[in-house]
Amino acid sequence: MIEFILNNNKIKTDKPNGSLLVDFIREHQHLKGTKIGCREGDCGACTVLVGESKKGKMEYQQIPSCLTPMGNISNKHVVTIEGLNMESLSPVQQSFVAESGTQCGFCTPGFVVALSQYCLSHKASNYDNAIASMSGNICRCTGYKPIEKTALHVTKALKNKDTDQTIQWLVDHKYIPTYFNAIPKRLSELKKEIKKETSGILVGGGTDLYVQKHEHLIDLEVDLISDRPDLKYIKIDDYTFYLGSALTVTDLLESKAFCGIFSKLSKQMKLISSAMIRNVSTLAGNFVNASPIGDMTAFFIALNARIILSNHKTTRTILLKDFYKGYKDLDLSKNEILTEIQIDIPKVNGHFNFEKVSKRTHLDIASVNSAALIIEKNGIIEKAHISAGGVGPIPLYLEKTSNYLQGKALTKEVIIEANEILQSEISPISDIRGSEKYKRLLLRQLFFAHFIELFQINLLG
Amino acid sequence: MKNIDSKGHVTGKSIYLDDIPTIQGTLYAAVYSSPSAHGIIQSVDYSKALALFGVEKILTFDDIKGENQIGGIFPDEELLAEKEVHFQGQPIAVVIAKSESIAFKARKLIEIDILEKEVIIDAREAQKKGQLIMPPRIFKSGNLDLAWSVCEYIFEGRASSNGQEHLYLETQGAYAIPLENGNIKISSSTQGPTAVQRAAAKVLDVGMHNIEVDVVRLGGGFGGKEDQATPWAIMAAMGVQILNKPVKLILSRMDDMKMTGKRHPYDSDYKIGLSKDFKILAYEVHFYQNAGAAADLSPAVLGRTLFHATNAYHIPNTRLTAYSCKTNLPPNTAFRGFGGPQGMFVIEAALAHAAKKLKISTHILQKKNLLKTGDEFPYGQIAEGVVLNKLWSDLDSKFDLKAVENRIHNFNQENTYSKKGFSLMPIAFGISFTKTPMNQARALVHIYSDGTVGISTGAVEMGQGVNTKMLQIAASSFGIHPNKVKLETTNTTRVANTSPTAASATADLNGKALLKACTALLERLKNSVAIKFDVNIDNVSFENDLVYIDNVPTEMTWEQLVDQAFLERVCLTENGHYATPIINFDMETQKGHPFAYHVFGLALTEVTVDCLRGTYEFDAVKIIHDFGKSMNPSVDMGQIEGGLVQGMGWMTLEEIRYNKEGRLLSNTLSAYKIPDIYAVPKEIIVYPVETEGSEMAILKSKAVGEPPLMYGIGAYFAIDKAVMAFNPNAKLEMSAPFTAEKVLMGLY
Ligand SMILES: Cc1cc2nc3c(=O)[nH]c(=O)nc-3n(C[C@H](O)[C@H](O)[C@H](O)COP(=O)(O)OP(=O)(O)OC[C@H]3O[C@@H](n4cnc5c(N)ncnc54)[C@H](O)[C@@H]3O)c2cc1C
Ligand code: FES
Ligand code: FES
Repeated sequence: MIEFILNNNKIKTDKPNGSLLVDFIREHQHLKGTKIGCREGDCGACTVLVGESKKGKMEYQQIPSCLTPMGNISNKHVVTIEGLNMESLSPVQQSFVAESGTQCGFCTPGFVVALSQYCLSHKASNYDNAIASMSGNICRCTGYKPIEKTALHVTKALKNKDTDQTIQWLVDHKYIPTYFNAIPKRLSELKKEIKKETSGILVGGGTDLYVQKHEHLIDLEVDLISDRPDLKYIKIDDYTFYLGSALTVTDLLESKAFCGIFSKLSKQMKLISSAMIRNVSTLAGNFVNASPIGDMTAFFIALNARIILSNHKTTRTILLKDFYKGYKDLDLSKNEILTEIQIDIPKVNGHFNFEKVSKRTHLDIASVNSAALIIEKNGIIEKAHISAGGVGPIPLYLEKTSNYLQGKALTKEVIIEANEILQSEISPISDIRGSEKYKRLLLRQLFFAHFIELFQINLLG
Repeated sequence: MKNIDSKGHVTGKSIYLDDIPTIQGTLYAAVYSSPSAHGIIQSVDYSKALALFGVEKILTFDDIKGENQIGGIFPDEELLAEKEVHFQGQPIAVVIAKSESIAFKARKLIEIDILEKEVIIDAREAQKKGQLIMPPRIFKSGNLDLAWSVCEYIFEGRASSNGQEHLYLETQGAYAIPLENGNIKISSSTQGPTAVQRAAAKVLDVGMHNIEVDVVRLGGGFGGKEDQATPWAIMAAMGVQILNKPVKLILSRMDDMKMTGKRHPYDSDYKIGLSKDFKILAYEVHFYQNAGAAADLSPAVLGRTLFHATNAYHIPNTRLTAYSCKTNLPPNTAFRGFGGPQGMFVIEAALAHAAKKLKISTHILQKKNLLKTGDEFPYGQIAEGVVLNKLWSDLDSKFDLKAVENRIHNFNQENTYSKKGFSLMPIAFGISFTKTPMNQARALVHIYSDGTVGISTGAVEMGQGVNTKMLQIAASSFGIHPNKVKLETTNTTRVANTSPTAASATADLNGKALLKACTALLERLKNSVAIKFDVNIDNVSFENDLVYIDNVPTEMTWEQLVDQAFLERVCLTENGHYATPIINFDMETQKGHPFAYHVFGLALTEVTVDCLRGTYEFDAVKIIHDFGKSMNPSVDMGQIEGGLVQGMGWMTLEEIRYNKEGRLLSNTLSAYKIPDIYAVPKEIIVYPVETEGSEMAILKSKAVGEPPLMYGIGAYFAIDKAVMAFNPNAKLEMSAPFTAEKVLMGLY
């Protein structure tokens, strides 16, 4: 039995935990405001909110209900457009009307729900965050300009939001219905899901699995890892980070410690999927999915990350870069779970950069990505770790290039020479994300970009 | 007035096809389609699929009682393939089961054996092999051969534009239910209810009167549901005919992308000749349209390519030849602009090419050759009410082109890794269906005895706000509050023999029909008042829900008047019929006056290219647009911005890819990218230009659906300029879309 609260209603259901939230909402509950535009997480028509009580505060995130297994919303509060409706329109809804932010309307509930998440956040209001909240939502009619105006409008209206008492403030100002106030208490009264025998399939956020084989999974009980506290933590010991494998990209972004080290993280992560997908997609899922263009994979390979793999009996540690043996072929045995990621942060002189280019800059899979960690002292490269994705059957650690750079002076000539080596290490193929020639050229450019971004070396002149 | 659907949309209460409450016993259908792009079906084994629990029936061509034919213009397209398949995704069978997931599972169990035949995906190759949908169509004007000899400059080249996926957010679908006596009601997500009704009747071998098609609204159409909503509706109706149970068929996104046609890719050869002072004297083009495997609307789309081949320019001597080439792709179809954009892209490419060679700015050539009132189009229509020069000077005075040029030049001097470019894009777009008989519409108006009003027209609401405009017309005609007026669904039983909601002409046609109906009702009501108060009928008017005499309100309310008229047995229902006057076209000579009027506009696009990574961002698009007298500025503005961004998507990100075997590679939203909120220009400014409008436009408010899409073409040429600023030696093919890949390859 899965128990949760859907809008203002307590739900108890014996649906398999691998079945999809969107189908439950639309077919079982007949709540038709949540739309289906793609079933692949790429349009946002199905966006709903999921809320959990964290440190005494309700935290709401927007998620793709088309990829969310029911088990992942157990004991949580799910809000659909119907759950936001009140007697009169909320300021978010009013702004969409006033700014003509809706035409055919099919995308609109998703946008309204996503922008409501922005209202529900405990951060001070800020236009960029308002737009980011809708980064997973696609509209084919409006050209987005009226939606931007809506975001601006709402941002202004939220200027005096009391971020200590967000929910109460929003209820008082008629952004959300009053029932929201009682949700924390009602959630605490729900019964935990009782584990049934499962199929043994591990599911994190489901953003890879459900895109690839949703028909196969929807009738199954699966092993969910996203809500396991033992896999969701950030620990820091001296200069080492220990990251639970179920952490999402959003979790990293919310971590002050992590952002303290990676000062450009939010800019870099903005290039990865959308707010909605980042909220649910796990590090483990990204690594194990083994896509040659996994962004977090490229990111962590360049950090020379270690991963911990364990089954019931044993635990072992390997380097992430050694995890990949061939196309979708991993150094992972049947019962193993990826539990933890470890990275050592250089004590001094470390410089890190992440680059990604895709056809559409946001919410798109990379044509090529690359990350670089360079330890530099007095113009000499003491150590370099360069990764690259989209240029071979697996996410690559550019071993030869990295080795070549070690001990070299940071000069234009060295970098140009390093690119020659780099080109010999990769084997891109022509596909939908670009021709072989393009990918080679693009990786050269991104490799150059690391040095231009980090050291302002002029590589053109 | 805001779009009357807005409130329903923002609360999620608006009903789309898949939201219609299902009747108990409803069955679900999934389409089984060809895995091969061309071949002969040897055998299909349905046994495993049929054996799956919950499968009720698998429909094949054998189950068709009437004709297995859905071709709209030519009868060349089977609903369900019999022997030969012509594209991957061509429907072969329909699995009907107790649930959607069973239907999908069963579909996977179908086994087919196909004898593969040669696959052609390229238009030129098809043309070479004589694979044409119809004979080439040619427009000629002036004396081209003579003109070449007096040209100072002649440039020849090639330009191509790729297709475009409609990506209406709501996929195709239909829900058919049995009525009594073998009648069937189909709810369809279609722009053409009559097309669905007509084709369904033919396939099911029943009368059109046996089929009722009803449309509430579409979650986007853009032309993709003009002709291609039909097959799914018929399949559902066939299920009803055979099983006598409701059948619902909703395409998954992947099925939709795979099975339906898109904007036509075009490949073209152009030759342009200029005089010494840069007047275009001669223009010759061969257009190769990739029609896909069946005619669908391709012949009509091809026509519009020719009509718009010279865009907003006057060119006295032309020969424009267009081939509709038959390939093994899904039949390509209507898409906002309907072939016009493809034609315009070529002339813009030719001008950009000429400007590069002449080492001048393209806009000098553009300005020099702008169309003027009195100029003749290659198809014989004399241009009227042309405001292009005014638009140009308005734009210049508002944004100072010289300053823009200098600013960009300076920026490019100062920045190594970042270059800017700008372009101008004028448009002249003809309004009317180019097939004259389609320019007709009807509207049915009931005034109920309590004074409320119900309106049915042939217009389909798909976000463009046509229902809002209809409501405005009725409310303002009767002088009553808009909340007394209701727009009914679009239904073939109430309004018959409709033209599809397309060609930007829907508000004009249906609005004029509605206006006629309202006017007739007004006459009768005024007459009733005139008799009662013993005044002349001309002195009666209605305003603010009251009866006015000599422009002074009386005590009599609208409700009282209607009640009185009803008791007097005045007919309170009217059916208005409108057929656009004047327009004509002679297919023999390819000359005539096909358009009621033209819409004009001019866009300035500015882009910044990241020359390190090959990516780009649009800084601004500034538009001066000829709305005529816009009857709803907020709705019309939405069309401009939305159309622009859609056009920019076509020119930049949106890349349809098929492999050699005719398999769609860009078959999901993760592989096919339309603009997202970060991809749109940082600034879009739209200024209306003061013009008279056209008498042929509804309330002089010019059609606005399609024209703005073509502003997007400016995006291509702005990028081109920025790339050239970085690498003046770039050998750029004129080949849209200008993806990040093409940019980087051009930069280095
Ligand atoms: C719209 C959209 C956009 C996307 N954009 C990007 C992008 O920009 N960049 C990018 O890199 N990716 C992108 N992705 C892919 C995906 O979101 C990421 O790969 C994500 O990190 C996967 O995480 P998950 O938790 O959702 O994985 P899941 O789908 O839950 O799982 C993926 C795989 O990992 C296995 N697995 C999960 N947890 C463990 C564990 N602890 N131990 C062992 N195996 C495990 C699962 O069994 C499965 O095989 C996108 C996906 C979508 C739908
Ligand atoms: S339906 Fe498109 S994101 Fe879920
Ligand atoms: S309003 Fe139609 S998709 Fe956004």
